[in-house]
Amino acid sequence: MEKLVPIEMNINYQHYRLNVSPIKRLLDVLREDLDLIGTKECCGIGECGACTVLVNGRAINSCLMLAVEADGADILTAEGLSNNGRLDSLQEAFLEKGAVQCGFCIPGQLIAAKYLLTQNPHPTRQEVEEGMAGNLCRCGGYERIIDAVISVAEKGEKQK
Amino acid sequence: MNLQTVGTSPHRGGGFERITGQQKYVADIKLSGMLESKLVTIDSAHAKILSIDTTDAKKIPGVRLVMTSADLPQPVPRFGPQIADRPVLADGEVKFHGEPVALVVAETIEAAEEAVRLVNVQYEELPVAFTVATALDPAAPLVMDASLRPDEPLAKTNIFKEHHFGWGEIDDSKADLIVDNTYSFPMVTQFAIEPHAFIAAPDKDGIAVWSTIQHPYWLQKILANLLNLPLSKVRVYAPDPGGGFGGKQHTKYEPALVFAAVKLGCPVRLVLTLEETFQAVRRTSCDTHIRTGFTRDGKIVFQDITANYLLGAYVDIADRVVAKGSYAGAGPYNVPVVRIVSRSILSHTPPATAFRGFGNPEVNWAVESNIDEAARLLGIDRLEIRLRNLAEKGDKFIPYDKPSDGNWRQTVLRAAELIEWQKPLLPSHHRGIAVGIKLGPTTGLSYSLVRLLVDGSVIVSCGTSDMGQGARTVFAQIAAEELGVPYEKVNVIMGDTATVLYDQQTSASRSTVLMGNSVLKACYSIHAQLKTRLAKVYQIDESEITVEHGKVKLPDREAPIAELIKSALGKLGGEIVGVGEERKDAEKDHPLGGSACFYEFNCTAIEAEVDKNTGDITITRYVTVSDVGKSINPMQVHMQDEGAAVQGLGHTLMEHYIFDEKGRIRNLGAADYRILTTMDLPKEFYSETVENADGPGPYGAKGMSEGALLCVSAAVACAVGDAIGTTIKDLPLTPERVWTAIQTQKSISSPQ
Repeated sequence: MEKLVPIEMNINYQHYRLNVSPIKRLLDVLREDLDLIGTKECCGIGECGACTVLVNGRAINSCLMLAVEADGADILTAEGLSNNGRLDSLQEAFLEKGAVQCGFCIPGQLIAAKYLLTQNPHPTRQEVEEGMAGNLCRCGGYERIIDAVISVAEKGEKQK
Repeated sequence: MNLQTVGTSPHRGGGFERITGQQKYVADIKLSGMLESKLVTIDSAHAKILSIDTTDAKKIPGVRLVMTSADLPQPVPRFGPQIADRPVLADGEVKFHGEPVALVVAETIEAAEEAVRLVNVQYEELPVAFTVATALDPAAPLVMDASLRPDEPLAKTNIFKEHHFGWGEIDDSKADLIVDNTYSFPMVTQFAIEPHAFIAAPDKDGIAVWSTIQHPYWLQKILANLLNLPLSKVRVYAPDPGGGFGGKQHTKYEPALVFAAVKLGCPVRLVLTLEETFQAVRRTSCDTHIRTGFTRDGKIVFQDITANYLLGAYVDIADRVVAKGSYAGAGPYNVPVVRIVSRSILSHTPPATAFRGFGNPEVNWAVESNIDEAARLLGIDRLEIRLRNLAEKGDKFIPYDKPSDGNWRQTVLRAAELIEWQKPLLPSHHRGIAVGIKLGPTTGLSYSLVRLLVDGSVIVSCGTSDMGQGARTVFAQIAAEELGVPYEKVNVIMGDTATVLYDQQTSASRSTVLMGNSVLKACYSIHAQLKTRLAKVYQIDESEITVEHGKVKLPDREAPIAELIKSALGKLGGEIVGVGEERKDAEKDHPLGGSACFYEFNCTAIEAEVDKNTGDITITRYVTVSDVGKSINPMQVHMQDEGAAVQGLGHTLMEHYIFDEKGRIRNLGAADYRILTTMDLPKEFYSETVENADGPGPYGAKGMSEGALLCVSAAVACAVGDAIGTTIKDLPLTPERVWTAIQTQKSISSPQ
């Protein structure tokens, strides 16, 4: 067995000390070691965006990052979007606008949208299209995902 | 009828779980002591397996089993929804690129992956048939062993079946114009974002299986047969799939997992990679040769269609796709003479299976493109030529099937209005319009259980799979409506064959109609029981009480059911249980085994800009209008139709498998096989419905969600054809293909 490496991460505002295999991806550690199953795997090569999480505020495909590389990082997954049972405005907007069909891509879409709005609180439609282009939705719910993101931007709430 | 919940758009059932990351798909389920597994494949589309050496693989620490077909009961068990042709693991021969030859089971996924690399498979490459032409070549290798179908005259060919439909005498038909073309539809894959996943576990003296399956009861039947177990000992859990689109209808690798789990006595999980899903499921590709005869004024005189669909190495449900996909090939038109010949051709490619539209889009785009060409040649408007031939409500446009069940003209005219068909366009912009039709289910059987609890809340239990279409929401709305309770108080339980009543399948856009009616009937049963109880409680005659649409009418007052349930149930409380059964029986002499339950009808109209220098297509406006009878949940209806449009634009503009000369797929996975992203959307998008409450489902609903995919390719190709003055005959309409067509057209129109 390979030697385990001790790392520390803040995930969804909680501190974790973990011993992880150096060959495990951040995605594996989130899903398998921590049961944070909201982060999904589809393509495994950074093309579909289903595994998107925020690492130090940046949207990252967690299938392309080793867990050891995230040592010391602040991480936000879909599970961390709501606060004490209060939904994030993006989550509410996704439900309200009908952006959720099968739901498998949705955690990644939400995190990508979160990142987009922190970078650019008032995006144009085209900027939303560009910002969300790395997240595939085979149910084809793109129009409504874009509508949801824009509706949150229009409300003008500051993204945390 | 004054409806409260039906016709509104409450939040999607299961939506909260999906936005908070709590929704559990199969790959999210962990069982104690569960082992991981991986498939072993070889890089060949057709090969004889000489030997499989598992010695080194078994030495990897943590590896518990390397199972080949030699470890299975002999002869190797076979299965399949139409014919039991598919071995649990490759049996002496690999018949398509990606067919598993072994299954490695280990304590960790890393150990399984390492062991897979150490399984030493010696094989001899064999000739490959992976196109219609190579499979039909008399010298082609036989894909299916003839002994699997001893009584079939075609057994010594690669044609699995040939279907003949039609009416009238084609040889006697006279036409002023005959348009004669051959069109090809590419091989594409379902690409659900959730890759298929399976878990098998011994369950007392039976077996339990978790699968991303759309048809859990069909899987249950297949596993019971393979293991010689009674149905009651095979429990299938089917958590909501993360997208299905047909690709998760039928059994795939569950049998291999079940044999491994039984052998090891513990749970075993297999999660496919996206690449592996490409090799597990795909749509039938198709070459359609079509001759369409017209009178001078654009009336269709005959349609003569030969559709060669390419199946994979195993039939799966694809021969049914061929039959049902080509059957209504002549379209929603009144055509005096029709001849349809469709062939299910086996090949050394991944097994084709159901995919939204079920074989219809393949032929639709050929039929509709021919009509466009005729309009060009006859100088008739392309909308007008369709209206001249379109069947009116009640017309027997397929003489031996259900007559037209909708005001289809209304749908077409609305689409034309939304695309502003008559308005002048910028010179670089062009329009296309097309119609599509598909039969709903031909048979069906759906049971449901509805429980009205003492506190006025409701549990609906039904075997439909909610793979994104929103079935949970719709059934909750129906129960809420009929039992007079708020939508939020209805809980819908699905996905467990041991506790949920039988449902035939989730396909053919059936569930709103068939399961919806079943839920409705279960609610009616509750109404009847409630009446009996209330009559006793109030000591009046049952005839003095009316229970309907969520309300109770007593001689002196009217109240919602939820208010009276407590007094009706009395001191002991409990619940009232209603069972619903909806069936559509088979019809013995019908060519498909049953007539259409309803038709899905759609008109799609688009406006596109074609860049003549690059061949690039930009969709500037997209209109989809579907006749849905009645929207139980209007938002979900639009979500479905928009999604169908986006999916249809995929095979229209960019999606296709690329094979090398040995029949191996060279663009497996998300990097080299592109689907639409947010960057590829139409600039403007309009989705509308026509609702005349003329469907057989609850409140007049028809099935929907496949309709809006049927004629996407035709609508886009017709706009491109209008732009470049010629008919494009191959999909997808890549810039290269369009540019080449433009150049060819130029060289024809200005000969040197």
